[in-house]
Amino acid sequence: MGKNVVTWTVRVIVYIGLLAFFIWVFSNSYLNHLVENFEEFLVLLRQHIQLVALSSFLAIAVAVPSAILVTRPQFQRFEGVVSTVVNFGYTIPNMAILALMMGIMGIGFQTAVVALFIYSILPIFRNTLAGIQSVNSNLIDSAKGMGFKPYQILFKVELPNAAYSIIAGIRTAVVINIGATALAYLIGGGGLGNWIFVGINVFDNSILISGALPITILAITVDLFLRLLERKVVPRGARPSTR
Amino acid sequence: MIQYKNVTKVYGEDVTAVDQVSLDVNEGEIVVLLGPSGCGKTTLLRMVNGLESVTDGDITFNGESIKDLNEIELRRKIGYVIQSNGLFPNMTIEQNVTVVPTLLGWSKEDKKKRYEELMELVGLDAEDYRKRYPHELSGGQQQRIGVIRALAADPPAMLMDEPFGALDPIIRERVQDEFLAIQRELNKTILFVSHDIDEAIKMGDKIALMKDGQLMQYDKPSQILQNPANDFVAQFVGKDRMVKSLTIHRIEQLMERYDLLVSSIEKGEIATVSKSSNLRDVLSYILESKQQAVHVVDENDEVIGQVDFALVNQYMIDLADSNEPVVNP
Amino acid sequence: MGNSESTFWRVIDYFQNNIDWILELTVEHVVLVGSAIIVAILIGVPLGIYLTTNEQLASTVLNIAGVIMTIPSIALFGIMVPIFAVINQGIGFVPAFVALILYSQLPIIRNTYTAIHNVNPQIRDAAYGVGMNTWQRLFKVEIPNTIPVIMAGVRTAVVLNIGIGVIAAFIGAGGLGILISQGITRGYHEMIISGAIAISILGITADLFLRFLQRLLTPKGIS
Repeated sequence: MGKNVVTWTVRVIVYIGLLAFFIWVFSNSYLNHLVENFEEFLVLLRQHIQLVALSSFLAIAVAVPSAILVTRPQFQRFEGVVSTVVNFGYTIPNMAILALMMGIMGIGFQTAVVALFIYSILPIFRNTLAGIQSVNSNLIDSAKGMGFKPYQILFKVELPNAAYSIIAGIRTAVVINIGATALAYLIGGGGLGNWIFVGINVFDNSILISGALPITILAITVDLFLRLLERKVVPRGARPSTR
Repeated sequence: MIQYKNVTKVYGEDVTAVDQVSLDVNEGEIVVLLGPSGCGKTTLLRMVNGLESVTDGDITFNGESIKDLNEIELRRKIGYVIQSNGLFPNMTIEQNVTVVPTLLGWSKEDKKKRYEELMELVGLDAEDYRKRYPHELSGGQQQRIGVIRALAADPPAMLMDEPFGALDPIIRERVQDEFLAIQRELNKTILFVSHDIDEAIKMGDKIALMKDGQLMQYDKPSQILQNPANDFVAQFVGKDRMVKSLTIHRIEQLMERYDLLVSSIEKGEIATVSKSSNLRDVLSYILESKQQAVHVVDENDEVIGQVDFALVNQYMIDLADSNEPVVNP
Repeated sequence: MGNSESTFWRVIDYFQNNIDWILELTVEHVVLVGSAIIVAILIGVPLGIYLTTNEQLASTVLNIAGVIMTIPSIALFGIMVPIFAVINQGIGFVPAFVALILYSQLPIIRNTYTAIHNVNPQIRDAAYGVGMNTWQRLFKVEIPNTIPVIMAGVRTAVVLNIGIGVIAAFIGAGGLGILISQGITRGYHEMIISGAIAISILGITADLFLRFLQRLLTPKGIS
C-alpha cells in the first residue's frame, strides 16, 4: 500500500511537471515562431529526417555485415582488434567526430552525413556482435549436427536469435543520431538544430523552443516506434525476457 | 551399420583424445559410450557426423567411409540429440520438430502430418504445442521434443550425447522408459553417450567403456557387470555390480529357465509384481516382506506363482556360469 | 585548406602555442563533468538501492530516466536555457550542470538496481544466516559484490557526459567545447581539430582511469 502511494506520487509529480512546462510554453507563446514559419519548419524537418535516414541506413549497411563477418570462423582472429577499436571509438564524443570531419571535409551536407554515419556504426556493430556471440554454442552445434549449411545456420539460427540485440543497437544509434543531427547545423548540414543555435545566439526563447521541442518529440516518437518494431519483428521465443 | 576402424583423434600436437578405437555398431542396437568425463566418448560420437575430424583410421556408415560421403547429407541422415536439447528458441515447437524435413524440402502437408505423428509418439498434444516456444515447456517436455526432432526425417541412425543428463532423476527415469518403448517400435541404430553406469545398463544393448581415449571393454551390459575385463572396469562398475546386474533381468527371463514356486499364501498378503518387473525391484520387495516372497501376476492380475530369495539367487549363479563372453569383432 | 600533411603540422603548432589555455579548458571540463557525476552518484546509487525494495516505483523511475536519455542533449539545453532564465541562470554553468546530472541517472540507477537485484540469493541468505542486519548486509555483502557493475554504470555516465559537456560550451558553460564552438565561428580549422583531439584524449583517458579505479575498488575474488 505505502509503496504504491510513493509510486503514484512520483508519477503525479512528473505529469504535473510536464503539464506546467506546456502551460509555460503556451502562455509565453514560445511556439509562435514555429506556427509563423511553418513552411521553413517543414523544410528543416525534412532535412533533419533525410540526414538521420541516410546516415543510419549507411551505418546499418556497413555495421551489420561487418559484425557478421568478424564472427565467421575464417575472420575470428580479427574480432579482438576490431572490438577494441570500436570500444575506443565509443569514448570519442560525437561533437569531436563532427568537428574532425569538418576539419577534413569542410562544411556541408556530405560532411554531416559522413560524420553521423561514422558515429552510428559503433552501437550497431557492438550490439550485432554481442547478439551473435550470445547465441548459445549448443544451438550452433545442434544445427551443424542436423545438417544445416553455414548460411542456413546464420539466417535461421544466429540472426533470428540475435535480432533483439541488433534492433536495440539500431534503435540506440538512430535516437543518438537524431540528437547528433541537431549539431549538424554547425557544419552546414541543416536540420532543426538551426533554430536551436540561432535561438541561443540571439537570446530568443521562441526560436529556441520551436527547435528544441520538435526534436525532442521526434526522438521520443522514433524510439517508441522502434520499440514496437522490435516486438513485431523478434520471435517471441528469442526475446531476452523469455530466456 | 556404424564401424570404427582404428580411429584416433589427436588435438593440437600431442593431446590424444581417442586412441586406436575399433568397434561395430549393429543395425537396430543401442550402443552406450560410457566413461568418466574427458575419456573421449563425446569426441568418438561427434566424429560420426563430422563435427570432429578423424585424425587417423576410418569410420564407415552403411559400409561407406564417411570421408567419401557429403557431410551435410550425412548429417541429415543421422538424428542428433544433445544434453541441453538444442531447441531453437526463435522457432515454435512445430518449426523445431520439422526443421530437418524443412531443410530437405518436404511439402507443408507432409511436415504437418509428421509433426502430429511424432507428438503422438511422445504423448504430447500436437495442437496445444504447435504455436508454443521452447521456453514455455518444462525440461522433460523440451527433451522429448529434442528426441522427436531428431527422429523427424526418419533417419536410420541417431547420435545422442547425454540426452537425458540435465533432467532430474524422476523425470529422467520416465523419459528413458518412454524412449525405450519408442525404440522397440522403431529399431533405430543408436550411439548414446553417458557417464552414468545405471543409465548405460538400462539403455544399452551393448556398452563401450572408455578411459583416457582407449576402449576398455565392449560388451553386453550383463557381461560388463559379471566379467569386467580389468580393474578399471570393475571399479567403474562399482562393488554393487551384482545388484546392478539384477536390473537387466526380468521375471519373464527367469521363467524361461525355472518354474515359479507354487504359492500357498493368500493373494494380497504379499506384494505382487508383473512378469516384466526387473529382478532388482523384485528382490527389494522380497527383502521387505515377512514371508520373504512375492506373488507374480499375469496380465489379468491373476497370481501365477511366487518367487523367493533362493530362486533369484539360483538364477543369478546359473547365469554367471553359463554366460559366454560376447566376441568382440 | 592545403594538403593534409601541412594541416597536421599546423595542428601540432596550435597545440604548442596554446597549451596553457587548452589545459585550462580541460580543467574546466573536468570540473563540470566531475562535479555533475559526484552529485549524480549521490542521487543515483541510493535511489537504485531503494528501488530494489519497490518494483513498481523501479519501473516508473527507469522509464522516466529512459525517456530523459532519448532527449537530444542540445534540445535539452535548448529547453533548459529559457527555464533557468526565469531565475537568471539561463546561459552558463547551471543548466549544463543540471543536464549532465539528469543524463547520468539512467546508467547509474539502472546498473545499481540490476546489480543489487541480481545478487545471488544464496549469498543474501548466507548474510542473514550469519546474523547480519539489513545495513550490514548492504555494506558488507551486497555493495562489495556489485561494485564492478555499478562502476560500469558510472563509467558509461562519465564518457557520455564528457561528450555532452562539449555541447555545453555552446550555452556558455566553458570547457573544451569552446575550441570547437569558437573554431567554427572563426572558421579556424586547426582550432577545431585540436579541440576534437583534446576531447577524444580526455574521453579515452577518463575511460582508462575509471577502468583502473574499478579494478582497484573491486574486492579480490570477484571477477
